[in-house]
Amino acid sequence: MSRVATLKINGQDVSGREDETILEVARENGIPIPTLCQIEGLSNVGACRMCLVEVAGISKLLPACTTRVAEGMDVRTESERLTHYRRMAVEMLFAEGNHICSVCVSNGHCELQGMAVALGIDHIHLPYLAPRRGVDASHERFTFDANRCILCTRCVRVCDEIEGAHTWDVMGRGVGSVVITDLNERWGDSPTCTSCGKCVQTCPTGALFIKGSAVGEMTKRNTFLTYIAQMRGNLK
Amino acid sequence: MTQTILIDPVTRIEGHAKITIHLNDAGEVEDAHFHVTQVRGFEKFVEGRPFHEMPALMSRICGICPVSHLIASAKACDALLAVRIPPAAANLRRILNLAQIAQSHALSFFYLSAPDLLLGMDADPAQRNLFGIAQTAPQLARDGVRLRQMGQQIIELLSGKRIHPGWVVPGGVNQALTEEKRDAILAVLSEGIGIVQRTMLWFRGILKQYESEIQAFSALHTLFMGLVGPDGTLEMYDGRVRIADANKYIIADGLAPEDLNTYIGEAVEPWSYLKSPYYKPLGYPSGMYRVGPLARLNIVRSCGTPHADEELGFFRTLDHHSSFHYHYARLIEILYCFEKINQLLHTPTILSEHVRAFAAPNNHEGIGVSEAPRGTLMHHYIIDDDGLIVRANLVIATGHNNMAMDRSVYQVARRYVRGAELQEGMLNRVEAVIRTFDPCLSCSTHAVGQMPLHVQLVAPDGSVVDEIKR
Repeated sequence: MSRVATLKINGQDVSGREDETILEVARENGIPIPTLCQIEGLSNVGACRMCLVEVAGISKLLPACTTRVAEGMDVRTESERLTHYRRMAVEMLFAEGNHICSVCVSNGHCELQGMAVALGIDHIHLPYLAPRRGVDASHERFTFDANRCILCTRCVRVCDEIEGAHTWDVMGRGVGSVVITDLNERWGDSPTCTSCGKCVQTCPTGALFIKGSAVGEMTKRNTFLTYIAQMRGNLK
Repeated sequence: MTQTILIDPVTRIEGHAKITIHLNDAGEVEDAHFHVTQVRGFEKFVEGRPFHEMPALMSRICGICPVSHLIASAKACDALLAVRIPPAAANLRRILNLAQIAQSHALSFFYLSAPDLLLGMDADPAQRNLFGIAQTAPQLARDGVRLRQMGQQIIELLSGKRIHPGWVVPGGVNQALTEEKRDAILAVLSEGIGIVQRTMLWFRGILKQYESEIQAFSALHTLFMGLVGPDGTLEMYDGRVRIADANKYIIADGLAPEDLNTYIGEAVEPWSYLKSPYYKPLGYPSGMYRVGPLARLNIVRSCGTPHADEELGFFRTLDHHSSFHYHYARLIEILYCFEKINQLLHTPTILSEHVRAFAAPNNHEGIGVSEAPRGTLMHHYIIDDDGLIVRANLVIATGHNNMAMDRSVYQVARRYVRGAELQEGMLNRVEAVIRTFDPCLSCSTHAVGQMPLHVQLVAPDGSVVDEIKR
């Protein structure tokens, strides 16, 4: 049984079990922290850097989704510095891929787009890399558009942790990283994919979508995830 | 000493173009050309995209006529799916297309051309714009704004968005029409009809003042092309291609729109980025033809709606060669659009919930043709086994008119421009003939009255002989 820690978040006294993360304790107490790669029901990887918080006494910023709470911690979830870094991270995501919201299947239902709006981003100050990335439409029911992938790895995690197929994985390093199916084969040729569609439903952007969707038609339904995780006891 | 006059940019049109007028030693017009100076690249950068995205992607070609591209693109995608879309969906798309034509025609007539018509071709350029109209004839300006608003409101009621709606999808539309929205559309139609009739009455009254222009704009004799319904009536969404000669005799009828490439060729001229299509059996350049309102009304048996047909009777007393009468044809078509929308909204299945056909792609090649405000529009796509675009080719309505616009510029320049005594009004007439075609050269309408017009008379040694700045 974990011990209970008491700490401050934004000056408010809160308490949580020591095996809980700052993000979990904050949400239990109704304190919002933005996230992109995190989704309830899957493991946390701290990839997107949206949930960075300030902890008194520590000079670097820490991801709330992977940092455990500790006794006497003093956490700040909002500051000019944090907003600056969050905006920069989102701008980098936009500059790195090819995100053309107006003609995207997820326009109006996209977590990346929503994050940009929430952070008040109306310009990208970095030069666009405009990479040449392909579209894999070989699967009978789903399409993967790498142009819109932000490498959150939700697809990789849900396929591995929930479906147990581990069709998706990450290949390459740094800016050259891409998610792939099996050993970088066409998705339609994958012998491991069960066509369950969990990857599509958890993808925060229009990178994974149901084939035949027109602009703005792809809404993601991922409430199943919490339910499955609870049934399996994956959620605390 | 030969000279060249350059009109760059051409104003009060949609997109970017310039005109050059070449003068001989005596200062008379020797030749003139209409140059389209922009490259868009849509056909290229859609390669590799899933075809279901095409309507939304292609509608971004234009902010004035996004609906026209939505319709032609969605029809090409229907052909890829090899489905026959539900009747309600076809009629809803028809209504959307008609609302689009009405608002675009209103923009062309009231915003872009009425300044010439109301204030005169020689009026002060600073006044020759919509604000000048608002001062001189406020009701006319209000009517123009209101008509455009109605078209846009109908588009919004149907599709949820005035510009670039995502409602039209391969296989139909993604939402049925509700009773409230139908009634909201029905409620504005009669006001629209009233406005157009009022405008026509005024316009008929001033036609006499423009006899010289009407004549100058009619020196060009061309074929006419457009879609017609099964009974030869005006048709904007489906139908077959009809081609009439300069005397309105039908020389080809019932042509399949999807075979357009077999009877229309495309020539390339060094002075323009816009290709010059021609009717193949007559060859290039004899196969020059016009499309759009003037051509459509010249080839149809009737409009199929009572008020528009009444006006068509008067229209037939006018010189059918003259591009000046694109204006009147445009007004008749606005009338037709409102009347036709009314008819379609009363069809029994219009509120049907069944508005979309679903299928996997069944063809590798799909062609969609419809009538856009400016004429016949074609989208042609080829996809791979996965449904990704391999090749896209668009034949844009304005393109059909390219040769006719180029030759009209020459004819009108020859009639009006005198190098020795260059006046702004002369050049405005050259621009005005282009405006009759309402070319949509890209997706932008220039700021009214703000665009600089810079005309220079340049001697062969490069020295500027004369200059006019707007």
